[in-house]
Amino acid sequence: MSGSDHDHHGPTNFWSKYVFPLDHKIIAMQYLFTGIFMALIGGFMAYAFRMQLAFPGQEVPLFGVVTPQNYNSLITNHGSIMIFWVAMPVLVAALGNYLIPLMIGCDDMVFPRINRLSYQVFLLSIVVLFASYCVPGGGFGGAWTSYPPLAGNADYNLTPLGAPLWLLAIALEIVAFLLGGINFITTVMNSRAPGMKMYDIPMVVWMIVIASILFMASVGPLIAGAVMLLFDQLIGTKFFTTAGGDPMLWQHLFWFFGHPEVYIVLLPAMGVAIEIITTFSRKKLFGYKEILFTTFFTGILSFFVWAHHQFVAGIDPRMANIFTVTTLLISIPIGHMLFAMIATLYGGSIQLKTPMLWALAFIGEFLIGGVTGIHLGASATDIFFHDTYFVVAHFHYTFFPSAIIGTFAALYYWFPKMFGRMMDETLGKIHFWGTIIFFNCIFIPLFALGMSGQHRRIYDYRNFPDLNTPELQNLRIFATISLVCMMIFQIPFLYNFFVSMFKGEKAGKNPWNSNTLEWITDSPPPHGNFGHHMPEVYRGPYEYSHPDKKNQDYWPQNEPN
Amino acid sequence: MLEYFLPNASSYAGDIDHLFSIITWVVGFWFILTQVAFLWLIFRFQKRREDQTSIYMTGEGHEKHWIHVPHWLIIVCDVFLIFGAVQVWNMVKIDMPEADVKIRVISQQWAWTFVQPGPDGVLDTADDITTIDELHVEVNKTYQYELESKDVLHDFSVPVFRLKQDAVPGRIITGWFKPTKTGDFDIQCAEMCGIAHGIMAARLHIEEAAVHQAWMKTVAQTSLPFSPSNLVINQ
Repeated sequence: MSGSDHDHHGPTNFWSKYVFPLDHKIIAMQYLFTGIFMALIGGFMAYAFRMQLAFPGQEVPLFGVVTPQNYNSLITNHGSIMIFWVAMPVLVAALGNYLIPLMIGCDDMVFPRINRLSYQVFLLSIVVLFASYCVPGGGFGGAWTSYPPLAGNADYNLTPLGAPLWLLAIALEIVAFLLGGINFITTVMNSRAPGMKMYDIPMVVWMIVIASILFMASVGPLIAGAVMLLFDQLIGTKFFTTAGGDPMLWQHLFWFFGHPEVYIVLLPAMGVAIEIITTFSRKKLFGYKEILFTTFFTGILSFFVWAHHQFVAGIDPRMANIFTVTTLLISIPIGHMLFAMIATLYGGSIQLKTPMLWALAFIGEFLIGGVTGIHLGASATDIFFHDTYFVVAHFHYTFFPSAIIGTFAALYYWFPKMFGRMMDETLGKIHFWGTIIFFNCIFIPLFALGMSGQHRRIYDYRNFPDLNTPELQNLRIFATISLVCMMIFQIPFLYNFFVSMFKGEKAGKNPWNSNTLEWITDSPPPHGNFGHHMPEVYRGPYEYSHPDKKNQDYWPQNEPN
Repeated sequence: MLEYFLPNASSYAGDIDHLFSIITWVVGFWFILTQVAFLWLIFRFQKRREDQTSIYMTGEGHEKHWIHVPHWLIIVCDVFLIFGAVQVWNMVKIDMPEADVKIRVISQQWAWTFVQPGPDGVLDTADDITTIDELHVEVNKTYQYELESKDVLHDFSVPVFRLKQDAVPGRIITGWFKPTKTGDFDIQCAEMCGIAHGIMAARLHIEEAAVHQAWMKTVAQTSLPFSPSNLVINQ
């Protein structure tokens, strides 16, 4: 078991406890709060460029006039921040760090110092990213995909310092997550509580582990590509130029990582939804092994779909047919997982508490993202839809449910464990409905705009007569106003979150009557997690409403028969 | 379905629209079925006080069929859609029909140059017509284009044709289209190409044969031979 030499009192000094912690829970909180902070910045960027689209050329309150350079930089960094500095730190790093040791019943990660280093490198990557906004030429604006030759040559992108700093920030972030991923996989494989067999591991832990495996297997080519691109930018090598190299090479390296990345973000959110749905329907998970195997299958298949991002990029058109096949096939395991999650509800006893609402919304909204993916995976329709707002709407219907809805589900569900107090249900429901309704109001119009031929990353559609019609402009304004409304509805959340942390009703050890091991310890858990009574495991994590268990409809994993 | 949002003006646009409709019907069926089942389950199984055994045992027996049957049906739908997608894709991007006219499309930061044959009908001769940020084509003629880029990636996107193709520096990419309707439409750059990507627009003019011939005559007298110094940035 890890760290048996660990003392269970923990550090008392502020610096060693909160600034340079080794405790996985504190590191998780560092990732969580950093992620929330970055989400506010990424959201503000979205506000600024959406305002420019709705009211082109006018001064945006709190930002000022959006120039073309600003606009490109805003969209580039909005995308980068939301994926690399919000979705990954919150869903993978914060949840992984917080939940893995607690849910598998050990006292900490197996490599606590690597864990601390991971966050420090992550923080450094943010410093580098922010530095890239403050250099002459401004922040990088070549889109989050950073395609060369535009990204590789300052004569083309006009951001001689912004582009390399942005790339360096991405590379550092990747290093941070490699360190974290090693830790997650090793901890789960080596430090499980006695008795916890492979099929007794809670699904969210499996999902984070599989996401980490996907990340570690896919990111190698990207980090090699990033170093080569950095050399192109800084010392004039020609890896991704026509003089000796090939610009298309970057696209393959990028998307070989880029598509598994979608599942790296999706899987932890699916795991969160599974924990919550089983708890709040008092029901065993429908098909644990099937979900697990389809997840592995999805992960493997996700390595064979990358070129669907490049159908019209100049690849051999015959190759597109192969990638159409693999891409459409991925609907099978994903559909299977979603069906199994929905089937869990059947015959259950459903309580629509706030975490449950978020978990259900994850399924309902993700379905929209899933089915519209078929339009884009089919090569022939992608000729039209590539780089239109149809794509923008589609991937927001996959990323928003994962990164935002999944995160809120997790926060409302594990808040009592993290801070020992309950969040307010009424405020939670106001926040839920305000977010979900306006989320749909933002992105459904974007499907219509995409079908009308509106292409992405354009700062002012008045230059395109076919797109400069009052009908389309009204859709843009509607989406922007919905965005502002959705942001206003985050205020109840922030209020609820920070006030409940100190003033909320005290939560006991197990407020949701849940089975997994994190609920048997105190809220918040002490340093070392379980005191001197490390748990043993006797059954799977989803034994709700078991007929042999009298007087209560849950049966914690650690209770002997 | 797409034609209600945007007119289609090329010989293959209708096939792409048709494929879009088929996909929408197929996935729409699954989407609605799933959402209805999902919402029904949520409302049907609200907090109940039944005995635990019945809750525990549901989903243990033949209910697995409710997952396994859709699983196989989705495979069937996938195969059907793959077949349709590949067929249309091959027609647009692989099979190259006999060209009536060959043109050259040259992209650069941030303008489009179109070179088309003059009255002699042959590209790369002295009477070639070069236009900047506007492309004049004749309706019902099959055009083959050679797409080039002088600097970074661009994308030759003509929404009414349902046509999109990246321009890659160092490569000449060929493709084709056959306009079927007259009118004036947008040409976009659909690949991020730098600071003025947002204004890299051109205009497509699809003309009847007589109008197109007349345009060729007037422009032949005023057109300058192509050289980079003639390029001006749109707007």
